[in-house]
Amino acid sequence: MGGVTRFMHIVKRDLHLAMRQGMDSLMVVMFFVLAVVLFPFGVGPEPNVLARIAAGVIWVAALLSSMLSLERLFQTDYEDGSLELLTLAPLSLEIVVLAKITTHWLTTGLPLIVAAPLLAVLLNMEPDGFGVMIAALALGTPTLSLIGAVGAALILGSRRGGVLLSLLILPLYIPVLIFGVSAVDAAIGGYEVNAQLLILGGFLLGALPLCPFAAAAGLRQAVE
Amino acid sequence: MAGALKGRAHKASGLSFLKAPLFFTFFFQAFAIPCARLLNNSWDGMNLFTGKDLVCLRGERIVFSGLDFGIDAGGVLVLVGPNGSGKSSLLRLMAGLLGPMSGTLQWNGEALTEDPEAHNGRLHYVGHLDAVKPVLSVAENLEFWSGLRAKAGEGDTGAAVLAALEAFGIGHLAAVPGRFLSAGQKRRVNLARILAAPAPLWLLDEPTTALDKRAVAGLERAIVKHRETGGMVVLSTHTDLKLDAFQALDLSDFAPKREGGWAA
Repeated sequence: MGGVTRFMHIVKRDLHLAMRQGMDSLMVVMFFVLAVVLFPFGVGPEPNVLARIAAGVIWVAALLSSMLSLERLFQTDYEDGSLELLTLAPLSLEIVVLAKITTHWLTTGLPLIVAAPLLAVLLNMEPDGFGVMIAALALGTPTLSLIGAVGAALILGSRRGGVLLSLLILPLYIPVLIFGVSAVDAAIGGYEVNAQLLILGGFLLGALPLCPFAAAAGLRQAVE
Repeated sequence: MAGALKGRAHKASGLSFLKAPLFFTFFFQAFAIPCARLLNNSWDGMNLFTGKDLVCLRGERIVFSGLDFGIDAGGVLVLVGPNGSGKSSLLRLMAGLLGPMSGTLQWNGEALTEDPEAHNGRLHYVGHLDAVKPVLSVAENLEFWSGLRAKAGEGDTGAAVLAALEAFGIGHLAAVPGRFLSAGQKRRVNLARILAAPAPLWLLDEPTTALDKRAVAGLERAIVKHRETGGMVVLSTHTDLKLDAFQALDLSDFAPKREGGWAA
């Protein structure tokens, strides 16, 4: 069995687990929707104001909700001993980590991308920004999952891991946030968005090989 | 012994590749290899798993030092010693979950650090936790673990999983979700896992915890069968398992601050 088959084997099992447990993915989307819906109550229902802040609100909410489920990325496997066995499986731990990140993105990032346009309508965002927002989220959310996995691996075994995780990870999310929002704003203003999307793509390409290594190192430390 | 045969075959093909005379090959097979084995050299393909001069550090405390062990194909090593003497740590060292502070672990003369993945492929580890997912059925749990180890061409692991469950008397639980299992049943599932996908080295950390007498007997039978096929077992236990011809390793002999406490 090759590495790819084993990778798919883990992704399938984790998707299976996510489906059986069900709530996690739904909760993330619900949190996303609620967090965004709170803003019109806070800043007032003025369409211009909402349209102005729409991109930023959606991105910040996406960031927070993607982080919400990160704590459990390795936690359950760590607690029930599965992580030890995954470490001892005859494939490199980096591939295991990449499989887990893929599942995390499929169960949280992807639903966020689906829900985002609806929320953009709710916030009166200019229609010009929709396509770019989806593209930016599609490039940005996998990066969020990848970076988040490093934090999730580092907090294993610590109490109040969730708070620690946000302290570790949120600063690292800032570049993604800046370029994600700026892409949408540029599209709405009628400017070129290539640069921002390329930078987001660059983040993804950088995080893709680096983060699994860092996360795997964290996991090895955790099971020692 | 399968390993030994493979070693020879490899030697032979290597030489024919060099276009050496046939009698050279014959010399190696008939004379040099048996001689080397007599000299207890491990390069000839014996499944010899050894540790030399191991020192284990946990936190800032040395758990044991100067520990040597060696297991041959079909061998059983029983780790004994009081709580905290490092039985689990040694098993984790053997599994590669933990690195020794100093000393080397070798499989067939090759250090484990050379190819950790290959070592992972030949060992099964049973720790304190049973790794049974509450939302997956017993069969699904096992199929995941054996599927992860299946080699190319072994498409269906279902039959092996069922046979493994039967060996521990839990075949009737195959469709039951993990969350309904008792501690003993979970332990049986974890032990069935190591039967479902064969591997030569079993590292069992107190495998009898929570098991009833019948399950312990099942484990003893499984170990006997495993040894017949040249498998090796290292286990730590506080209960008496009925085993033939095993080596015992008392870890309290290697504890620090006990000058003169070495076994004579």
